[in-house]
Amino acid sequence: MATLATKALKKSIWVFHLNTGACNNCDIEILDCLTPRFDLERFGIALVGSVRHADALLVTGPVTRASAPRLRLLYEEASKPCFVIAVGACACSKGMFKEGYNVVGPVDAHVPVHAYIPGCPPKPEAIILGVARLLGSLS
Amino acid sequence: MRTLADLLIFVVFPGFAFTAFLGGIAAWVDRKVTARIHFRVGPPWYQTFADVMKLFGKETTVPRGAARFVFLGAPMAALAAASYAGALVFSSYVAAGWKAEFFRIGFGGDVFVAVYVLAIPSIALAVGAMAARNPLSTLGAGREIQLLVAYELPFWLAVAVPLMKSGGRIGIAEIVSYQMASGSMVTSVSGIIGFIVALLALQAKFGIVPFDIAEAETEIMSGPFIEYSGSSLALLKLARAMLLVVAPALIVALYWASPPWYGLGLLLKVSIIVAIAVLLKNTNPRVRLDQAVRFFWGPVTLAAVAAVVLAALGY
Repeated sequence: MATLATKALKKSIWVFHLNTGACNNCDIEILDCLTPRFDLERFGIALVGSVRHADALLVTGPVTRASAPRLRLLYEEASKPCFVIAVGACACSKGMFKEGYNVVGPVDAHVPVHAYIPGCPPKPEAIILGVARLLGSLS
Repeated sequence: MRTLADLLIFVVFPGFAFTAFLGGIAAWVDRKVTARIHFRVGPPWYQTFADVMKLFGKETTVPRGAARFVFLGAPMAALAAASYAGALVFSSYVAAGWKAEFFRIGFGGDVFVAVYVLAIPSIALAVGAMAARNPLSTLGAGREIQLLVAYELPFWLAVAVPLMKSGGRIGIAEIVSYQMASGSMVTSVSGIIGFIVALLALQAKFGIVPFDIAEAETEIMSGPFIEYSGSSLALLKLARAMLLVVAPALIVALYWASPPWYGLGLLLKVSIIVAIAVLLKNTNPRVRLDQAVRFFWGPVTLAAVAAVVLAALGY
Protein backbone atom coordinates (compact mmCIF):
# COMPACT_ATOMS: atom_id res chain seq x y z
CA MET A 1 0.00 0.00 0.00
CA ALA A 2 2.71 2.45 1.05
CA THR A 3 4.93 1.66 -1.95
CA LEU A 4 1.96 1.85 -4.30
CA ALA A 5 1.06 5.27 -2.91
CA THR A 6 4.67 6.42 -3.35
CA LYS A 7 4.69 5.17 -6.94
CA ALA A 8 1.44 7.01 -7.57
CA LEU A 9 2.86 10.13 -5.89
CA LYS A 10 5.72 10.19 -8.38
CA LYS A 11 3.22 10.19 -11.24
CA SER A 12 0.95 12.83 -9.78
CA ILE A 13 2.54 15.85 -8.12
CA TRP A 14 0.12 18.68 -7.44
CA VAL A 15 1.89 21.95 -6.99
CA PHE A 16 0.94 24.95 -4.88
CA HIS A 17 2.72 28.10 -5.92
CA LEU A 18 3.75 30.51 -3.17
CA ASN A 19 5.42 33.88 -3.62
CA THR A 20 7.16 35.16 -0.50
CA GLY A 21 8.26 38.51 -1.89
CA ALA A 22 9.86 37.50 -5.18
CA CYS A 23 10.24 39.98 -8.04
CA ASN A 24 7.75 37.88 -10.09
CA ASN A 25 10.39 36.62 -12.51
CA CYS A 26 10.61 33.12 -11.03
CA ASP A 27 6.80 32.98 -10.99
CA ILE A 28 6.68 33.68 -14.70
CA GLU A 29 9.20 30.89 -15.30
CA ILE A 30 7.06 28.49 -13.21
CA LEU A 31 4.01 29.31 -15.30
CA ASP A 32 6.13 28.72 -18.43
CA CYS A 33 6.54 25.09 -17.31
CA LEU A 34 2.82 24.56 -17.83
CA THR A 35 2.69 26.06 -21.32
CA PRO A 36 2.57 23.88 -24.47
CA ARG A 37 6.33 24.06 -24.97
CA PHE A 38 7.18 22.29 -21.70
CA ASP A 39 3.79 20.86 -20.65
CA LEU A 40 4.40 19.50 -17.16
CA GLU A 41 0.96 17.87 -17.20
CA ARG A 42 2.56 15.03 -19.21
CA PHE A 43 4.14 13.94 -15.93
CA GLY A 44 0.91 14.40 -13.98
CA ILE A 45 2.05 17.70 -12.50
CA ALA A 46 -0.81 20.13 -12.02
CA LEU A 47 -1.20 23.54 -10.38
CA VAL A 48 -3.80 23.51 -7.58
CA GLY A 49 -5.52 26.43 -5.89
CA SER A 50 -5.81 24.97 -2.38
CA VAL A 51 -2.79 24.10 -0.26
CA ARG A 52 -4.71 21.14 1.20
CA HIS A 53 -4.42 19.42 -2.18
CA ALA A 54 -0.72 20.16 -2.63
CA ASP A 55 2.09 17.61 -2.82
CA ALA A 56 4.75 20.25 -3.39
CA LEU A 57 5.09 23.89 -2.40
CA LEU A 58 6.99 25.86 -5.03
CA VAL A 59 8.33 28.77 -3.00
CA THR A 60 9.82 31.81 -4.70
CA GLY A 61 11.25 34.92 -3.07
CA PRO A 62 13.60 35.70 -0.18
CA VAL A 63 10.87 35.51 2.54
CA THR A 64 9.97 38.96 3.80
CA ARG A 65 9.06 39.63 7.41
CA ALA A 66 5.36 39.83 6.51
CA SER A 67 5.30 36.62 4.50
CA ALA A 68 7.29 34.39 6.90
CA PRO A 69 4.35 33.51 9.20
CA ARG A 70 2.20 32.77 6.14
CA LEU A 71 4.88 30.48 4.73
CA ARG A 72 5.02 28.52 8.00
CA LEU A 73 1.22 28.39 8.24
CA LEU A 74 0.82 27.14 4.67
CA TYR A 75 3.43 24.45 5.22
CA GLU A 76 1.58 23.29 8.35
CA GLU A 77 -1.77 23.33 6.51
CA ALA A 78 -0.56 21.18 3.61
CA SER A 79 -1.40 17.50 3.97
CA LYS A 80 1.77 15.43 4.32
CA PRO A 81 3.81 14.15 2.57
CA CYS A 82 4.41 17.60 1.12
CA PHE A 83 7.70 18.70 -0.41
CA VAL A 84 9.06 22.21 -0.39
CA ILE A 85 10.98 23.31 -3.46
CA ALA A 86 12.88 26.61 -3.25
CA VAL A 87 12.86 28.15 -6.72
CA GLY A 88 15.38 30.85 -7.61
CA ALA A 89 18.43 32.42 -6.03
CA CYS A 90 16.35 34.42 -3.51
CA ALA A 91 14.47 31.42 -2.16
CA CYS A 92 17.70 29.39 -1.93
CA SER A 93 19.93 32.04 -0.35
CA LYS A 94 18.17 35.44 -0.23
CA GLY A 95 20.13 36.35 -3.40
CA MET A 96 20.44 40.08 -4.05
CA PHE A 97 18.17 40.86 -1.07
CA LYS A 98 20.78 39.52 1.37
CA GLU A 99 21.14 42.86 3.19
CA GLY A 100 17.44 43.79 2.92
CA TYR A 101 16.05 45.29 6.16
CA ASN A 102 12.76 43.36 5.85
CA VAL A 103 14.18 40.05 4.65
CA VAL A 104 14.16 37.20 7.18
CA GLY A 105 14.82 34.32 4.75
CA PRO A 106 15.95 32.19 3.11
CA VAL A 107 13.15 29.62 2.86
CA ASP A 108 15.05 26.88 4.72
CA ALA A 109 15.29 29.12 7.78
CA HIS A 110 11.52 28.64 8.22
CA VAL A 111 10.43 25.32 6.72
CA PRO A 112 12.37 22.19 5.66
CA VAL A 113 13.38 22.41 2.00
CA HIS A 114 13.62 19.25 -0.09
CA ALA A 115 15.03 20.69 -3.31
CA TYR A 116 16.90 23.85 -4.27
CA ILE A 117 16.66 25.22 -7.80
CA PRO A 118 19.10 28.15 -8.13
CA GLY A 119 19.08 30.71 -10.93
CA CYS A 120 17.92 34.26 -11.40
CA PRO A 121 15.45 33.22 -12.64
CA PRO A 122 15.98 29.46 -13.21
CA LYS A 123 15.02 28.35 -16.72
CA PRO A 124 11.91 26.17 -17.05
CA GLU A 125 14.28 23.33 -18.00
CA ALA A 126 16.11 23.81 -14.69
CA ILE A 127 12.84 23.74 -12.74
CA ILE A 128 11.76 20.54 -14.49
CA LEU A 129 15.19 19.00 -13.81
CA GLY A 130 14.94 19.93 -10.13
CA VAL A 131 11.49 18.41 -9.75
CA ALA A 132 12.57 15.29 -11.66
CA ARG A 133 15.65 14.88 -9.40
CA LEU A 134 13.44 15.24 -6.32
CA LEU A 135 10.99 12.61 -7.62
CA GLY A 136 13.90 10.33 -8.52
CA SER A 137 15.18 10.49 -4.94
CA LEU A 138 11.86 9.20 -3.52
CA SER A 139 11.67 5.52 -2.69
CA MET B 1 -28.09 -16.21 -3.25
CA ARG B 2 -29.83 -13.17 -4.62
CA THR B 3 -28.19 -11.00 -1.94
CA LEU B 4 -24.75 -12.20 -3.00
CA ALA B 5 -25.57 -11.57 -6.66
CA ASP B 6 -26.82 -8.05 -5.85
CA LEU B 7 -23.67 -7.38 -3.85
CA LEU B 8 -21.55 -8.53 -6.80
CA ILE B 9 -23.53 -6.27 -9.12
CA PHE B 10 -23.12 -3.25 -6.85
CA VAL B 11 -19.46 -3.70 -5.96
CA VAL B 12 -17.84 -5.23 -9.04
CA PHE B 13 -19.82 -5.24 -12.28
CA PRO B 14 -21.40 -2.95 -13.32
CA GLY B 15 -21.35 -1.07 -10.02
CA PHE B 16 -18.36 0.43 -8.24
CA ALA B 17 -15.31 -1.20 -9.87
CA PHE B 18 -16.54 -1.08 -13.46
CA THR B 19 -17.95 2.45 -13.20
CA ALA B 20 -14.83 3.71 -11.41
CA PHE B 21 -12.62 2.29 -14.17
CA LEU B 22 -14.73 3.85 -16.94
CA GLY B 23 -14.95 7.11 -14.97
CA GLY B 24 -11.18 7.26 -14.58
CA ILE B 25 -10.77 6.78 -18.31
CA ALA B 26 -13.41 9.46 -19.03
CA ALA B 27 -11.71 11.95 -16.70
CA TRP B 28 -8.45 11.23 -18.51
CA VAL B 29 -10.14 11.75 -21.91
CA ASP B 30 -11.30 15.14 -20.61
CA ARG B 31 -7.76 16.19 -19.64
CA LYS B 32 -6.13 14.65 -22.72
CA VAL B 33 -8.50 16.28 -25.20
CA THR B 34 -8.13 19.61 -23.39
CA ALA B 35 -4.34 19.23 -23.65
CA ARG B 36 -4.52 18.44 -27.37
CA ILE B 37 -6.69 21.52 -27.92
CA HIS B 38 -3.93 23.56 -26.21
CA PHE B 39 -1.32 21.84 -28.47
CA ARG B 40 0.06 20.07 -25.40
CA VAL B 41 0.82 16.36 -24.98
CA GLY B 42 -1.34 15.76 -21.92
CA PRO B 43 -1.22 13.18 -19.14
CA PRO B 44 -0.90 9.39 -19.61
CA TRP B 45 -4.04 7.19 -19.57
CA TYR B 46 -3.65 6.08 -15.94
CA GLN B 47 -3.47 9.66 -14.63
CA THR B 48 -6.79 9.64 -12.74
CA PHE B 49 -5.93 6.35 -11.05
CA ALA B 50 -2.50 7.66 -10.06
CA ASP B 51 -4.12 10.81 -8.63
CA VAL B 52 -6.65 8.83 -6.60
CA MET B 53 -4.07 6.28 -5.42
CA LYS B 54 -1.72 9.07 -4.32
CA LEU B 55 -4.50 10.86 -2.43
CA PHE B 56 -5.27 7.67 -0.50
CA GLY B 57 -1.65 7.64 0.70
CA LYS B 58 -1.81 11.20 1.99
CA GLU B 59 -2.81 12.68 5.30
CA THR B 60 -6.49 13.62 5.67
CA THR B 61 -6.83 16.91 7.50
CA VAL B 62 -10.03 17.95 9.24
CA PRO B 63 -10.06 21.72 9.75
CA ARG B 64 -10.38 22.99 13.31
CA GLY B 65 -14.03 23.62 14.17
CA ALA B 66 -15.37 21.58 11.27
CA ALA B 67 -18.26 19.16 11.79
CA ARG B 68 -16.09 16.06 11.65
CA PHE B 69 -18.74 13.42 10.98
CA VAL B 70 -20.46 15.34 8.18
CA PHE B 71 -17.18 16.54 6.69
CA LEU B 72 -15.76 13.01 6.39
CA GLY B 73 -19.10 11.31 5.69
CA ALA B 74 -20.16 13.46 2.72
CA PRO B 75 -17.50 12.12 0.30
CA MET B 76 -18.53 8.56 1.17
CA ALA B 77 -22.17 9.41 0.45
CA ALA B 78 -21.12 10.96 -2.88
CA LEU B 79 -19.16 7.86 -3.89
CA ALA B 80 -21.89 5.46 -2.75
CA ALA B 81 -24.50 7.38 -4.76
CA ALA B 82 -22.30 7.43 -7.86
CA SER B 83 -21.67 3.66 -7.57
CA TYR B 84 -25.35 2.95 -7.05
CA ALA B 85 -26.32 5.08 -10.03
CA GLY B 86 -23.71 3.23 -12.11
CA ALA B 87 -25.08 -0.17 -11.04
CA LEU B 88 -28.65 0.96 -11.72
CA VAL B 89 -28.06 2.38 -15.21
CA PHE B 90 -25.57 -0.14 -16.56
CA SER B 91 -27.29 -3.25 -15.18
CA SER B 92 -30.63 -2.10 -16.62
CA TYR B 93 -28.92 -1.63 -19.96
CA VAL B 94 -27.33 -5.09 -19.77
CA ALA B 95 -30.59 -6.71 -18.61
CA ALA B 96 -32.56 -5.13 -21.46
CA GLY B 97 -30.10 -5.84 -24.25
CA TRP B 98 -29.01 -9.39 -23.65
CA LYS B 99 -32.11 -10.62 -21.78
CA ALA B 100 -29.75 -11.28 -18.83
CA GLU B 101 -32.17 -11.72 -15.95
CA PHE B 102 -29.23 -11.98 -13.54
CA PHE B 103 -28.68 -8.24 -13.90
CA ARG B 104 -32.28 -7.28 -13.16
CA ILE B 105 -31.75 -5.79 -9.70
CA GLY B 106 -34.36 -5.16 -7.01
CA PHE B 107 -37.41 -3.45 -8.44
CA GLY B 108 -35.80 -3.23 -11.87
CA GLY B 109 -34.34 0.26 -11.62
CA ASP B 110 -36.65 3.06 -12.66
CA VAL B 111 -35.74 6.43 -14.12
CA PHE B 112 -36.85 8.53 -11.14
CA VAL B 113 -34.52 6.74 -8.73
CA ALA B 114 -31.63 7.13 -11.17
CA VAL B 115 -32.21 10.88 -11.54
CA TYR B 116 -32.57 11.36 -7.76
CA VAL B 117 -29.41 9.36 -7.06
CA LEU B 118 -27.49 11.35 -9.69
CA ALA B 119 -28.26 14.53 -7.73
CA ILE B 120 -26.85 13.12 -4.48
CA PRO B 121 -23.11 13.61 -5.27
CA SER B 122 -23.69 17.36 -5.78
CA ILE B 123 -25.77 17.64 -2.60
CA ALA B 124 -23.27 15.59 -0.60
CA LEU B 125 -20.43 17.78 -1.83
CA ALA B 126 -22.33 20.92 -0.82
CA VAL B 127 -23.18 19.51 2.62
CA GLY B 128 -19.58 18.46 3.23
CA ALA B 129 -18.33 21.85 2.09
CA MET B 130 -20.73 23.65 4.43
CA ALA B 131 -19.31 21.57 7.30
CA ALA B 132 -15.74 22.60 6.49
CA ARG B 133 -15.89 26.01 8.18
CA ASN B 134 -14.20 27.86 5.37
CA PRO B 135 -15.79 30.94 3.78
CA LEU B 136 -14.79 30.01 0.22
CA SER B 137 -15.99 26.46 0.76
CA THR B 138 -19.37 27.69 2.00
CA LEU B 139 -19.63 30.09 -0.93
CA GLY B 140 -18.91 27.22 -3.34
CA ALA B 141 -21.49 25.00 -1.61
CA GLY B 142 -24.17 27.69 -1.96
CA ARG B 143 -23.36 28.07 -5.64
CA GLU B 144 -23.46 24.30 -6.14
CA ILE B 145 -26.97 24.09 -4.66
CA GLN B 146 -28.25 27.08 -6.63
CA LEU B 147 -26.88 25.60 -9.83
CA LEU B 148 -28.51 22.26 -8.94
CA VAL B 149 -31.87 24.00 -8.53
CA ALA B 150 -31.32 25.73 -11.88
CA TYR B 151 -30.53 22.69 -14.02
CA GLU B 152 -32.70 20.04 -12.34
CA LEU B 153 -35.93 21.60 -13.67
CA PRO B 154 -35.11 21.26 -17.40
CA PHE B 155 -33.34 17.94 -16.69
CA TRP B 156 -36.51 16.44 -15.16
CA LEU B 157 -38.60 17.75 -18.06
CA ALA B 158 -36.11 16.23 -20.51
CA VAL B 159 -36.33 12.91 -18.64
CA ALA B 160 -40.13 13.05 -18.91
CA VAL B 161 -40.01 13.03 -22.72
CA PRO B 162 -38.91 9.39 -23.20
CA LEU B 163 -41.40 8.28 -20.54
CA MET B 164 -44.24 9.88 -22.51
CA LYS B 165 -42.96 8.69 -25.87
CA SER B 166 -42.70 5.09 -24.70
CA GLY B 167 -46.28 5.05 -23.46
CA GLY B 168 -45.69 5.53 -19.74
CA ARG B 169 -42.85 3.08 -19.16
CA ILE B 170 -40.70 4.13 -16.19
CA GLY B 171 -38.09 1.35 -15.98
CA ILE B 172 -34.76 2.10 -17.67
CA ALA B 173 -34.63 -1.45 -19.03
CA GLU B 174 -38.19 -1.16 -20.40
CA ILE B 175 -37.44 2.15 -22.14
CA VAL B 176 -34.31 0.62 -23.69
CA SER B 177 -36.32 -2.43 -24.88
CA TYR B 178 -38.99 -0.12 -26.30
CA GLN B 179 -36.38 1.77 -28.32
CA MET B 180 -34.80 -1.47 -29.55
CA ALA B 181 -38.18 -2.47 -30.93
CA SER B 182 -39.36 0.84 -32.41
CA GLY B 183 -36.33 3.08 -33.01
CA SER B 184 -34.43 5.39 -30.68
CA MET B 185 -35.94 8.59 -29.28
CA VAL B 186 -33.45 10.97 -30.92
CA THR B 187 -34.97 10.22 -34.33
CA SER B 188 -38.13 12.15 -33.38
CA VAL B 189 -38.56 15.93 -33.08
CA SER B 190 -39.35 15.97 -29.35
CA GLY B 191 -36.55 13.45 -28.81
CA ILE B 192 -33.84 15.59 -30.36
CA ILE B 193 -34.96 18.70 -28.43
CA GLY B 194 -35.09 16.77 -25.16
CA PHE B 195 -31.69 15.24 -25.89
CA ILE B 196 -30.06 18.65 -26.40
CA VAL B 197 -31.68 19.98 -23.20
CA ALA B 198 -30.35 16.95 -21.31
CA LEU B 199 -26.84 17.52 -22.70
CA LEU B 200 -26.89 21.15 -21.49
CA ALA B 201 -28.04 20.03 -18.03
CA LEU B 202 -25.26 17.40 -18.01
CA GLN B 203 -22.67 20.11 -18.58
CA ALA B 204 -23.80 21.74 -15.32
CA LYS B 205 -24.08 18.37 -13.55
CA PHE B 206 -20.44 17.64 -14.38
CA GLY B 207 -19.54 21.04 -12.98
CA ILE B 208 -17.30 21.91 -15.92
CA VAL B 209 -16.91 25.15 -17.85
CA PRO B 210 -19.09 27.13 -18.65
CA PHE B 211 -20.90 25.97 -15.49
CA ASP B 212 -17.95 25.41 -13.14
CA ILE B 213 -19.34 28.25 -11.04
CA ALA B 214 -19.10 26.26 -7.81
CA GLU B 215 -15.46 25.24 -8.29
CA ALA B 216 -14.20 28.38 -10.04
CA GLU B 217 -10.48 27.57 -9.59
CA THR B 218 -9.35 31.07 -10.48
CA GLU B 219 -11.91 32.80 -8.30
CA ILE B 220 -12.72 30.83 -5.14
CA MET B 221 -9.89 28.26 -5.29
CA SER B 222 -11.92 25.15 -6.20
CA GLY B 223 -14.76 26.15 -3.83
CA PRO B 224 -16.35 23.14 -2.12
CA PHE B 225 -13.16 21.08 -2.51
CA ILE B 226 -10.92 23.63 -0.81
CA GLU B 227 -10.64 22.02 2.65
CA TYR B 228 -10.70 18.41 1.47
CA SER B 229 -7.45 16.48 1.43
CA GLY B 230 -6.16 12.92 1.33
CA SER B 231 -8.65 10.08 1.07
CA SER B 232 -11.79 12.28 1.34
CA LEU B 233 -10.60 14.24 -1.67
CA ALA B 234 -9.87 10.95 -3.46
CA LEU B 235 -13.46 9.78 -2.88
CA LEU B 236 -14.85 13.09 -4.16
CA LYS B 237 -12.63 13.04 -7.25
CA LEU B 238 -13.63 9.44 -7.95
CA ALA B 239 -17.34 10.25 -7.54
CA ARG B 240 -16.95 13.20 -9.93
CA ALA B 241 -15.18 10.96 -12.46
CA MET B 242 -17.86 8.26 -12.19
CA LEU B 243 -20.59 10.82 -12.75
CA LEU B 244 -18.83 11.62 -16.03
CA VAL B 245 -19.91 8.22 -17.44
CA VAL B 246 -23.05 7.40 -15.45
CA ALA B 247 -25.01 10.52 -16.37
CA PRO B 248 -24.28 10.20 -20.14
CA ALA B 249 -25.09 6.47 -19.93
CA LEU B 250 -28.50 7.33 -18.47
CA ILE B 251 -29.14 9.82 -21.27
CA VAL B 252 -28.07 7.24 -23.88
CA ALA B 253 -30.39 4.64 -22.30
CA LEU B 254 -33.31 7.09 -22.35
CA TYR B 255 -32.78 8.66 -25.74
CA TRP B 256 -30.30 6.88 -27.93
CA ALA B 257 -30.52 3.10 -27.49
CA SER B 258 -30.22 1.33 -30.84
CA PRO B 259 -29.71 -2.34 -31.80
CA PRO B 260 -26.41 -2.69 -33.69
CA TRP B 261 -23.23 -2.80 -31.58
CA TYR B 262 -25.25 -2.74 -28.40
CA GLY B 263 -22.61 -2.78 -25.63
CA LEU B 264 -19.82 -1.13 -27.61
CA GLY B 265 -22.37 1.31 -28.97
CA LEU B 266 -23.19 2.45 -25.43
CA LEU B 267 -19.51 3.13 -24.70
CA LEU B 268 -19.12 4.88 -28.05
CA LYS B 269 -22.14 7.09 -27.45
CA VAL B 270 -20.99 7.92 -23.93
CA SER B 271 -17.60 8.92 -25.39
CA ILE B 272 -19.33 11.12 -27.94
CA ILE B 273 -21.29 12.89 -25.18
CA VAL B 274 -18.12 13.34 -23.10
CA ALA B 275 -16.31 14.67 -26.18
CA ILE B 276 -19.10 17.22 -26.79
CA ALA B 277 -18.88 18.30 -23.13
CA VAL B 278 -15.09 18.71 -23.39
CA LEU B 279 -15.39 20.75 -26.57
CA LEU B 280 -18.00 23.02 -24.94
CA LYS B 281 -15.68 23.34 -21.95
CA ASN B 282 -12.75 24.44 -24.06
CA THR B 283 -14.60 26.95 -26.22
CA ASN B 284 -16.54 28.80 -23.53
CA PRO B 285 -15.73 31.13 -20.64
CA ARG B 286 -17.30 30.63 -17.22
CA VAL B 287 -20.72 32.28 -16.84
CA ARG B 288 -21.91 33.97 -13.67
CA LEU B 289 -24.40 32.22 -11.41
CA ASP B 290 -27.28 34.55 -12.31
CA GLN B 291 -26.55 34.05 -16.01
CA ALA B 292 -26.60 30.28 -15.55
CA VAL B 293 -29.90 30.35 -13.66
CA ARG B 294 -31.45 32.67 -16.26
CA PHE B 295 -30.18 30.37 -19.02
CA PHE B 296 -31.58 27.19 -17.49
CA TRP B 297 -34.91 28.61 -16.34
CA GLY B 298 -35.35 30.65 -19.53
CA PRO B 299 -34.57 29.21 -22.99
CA VAL B 300 -33.61 25.71 -21.80
CA THR B 301 -36.80 25.19 -19.78
CA LEU B 302 -38.86 26.62 -22.64
CA ALA B 303 -37.24 24.14 -25.03
CA ALA B 304 -37.86 21.31 -22.55
CA VAL B 305 -41.54 22.31 -22.20
CA ALA B 306 -41.81 22.41 -26.00
CA ALA B 307 -40.32 18.90 -26.15
CA VAL B 308 -42.81 17.64 -23.58
CA VAL B 309 -45.75 19.22 -25.46
CA LEU B 310 -44.52 17.76 -28.77
CA ALA B 311 -44.13 14.36 -27.12
CA ALA B 312 -47.70 14.59 -25.77
CA LEU B 313 -48.92 15.39 -29.31
CA GLY B 314 -47.04 12.38 -30.60
CA TYR B 315 -44.18 14.01 -32.56
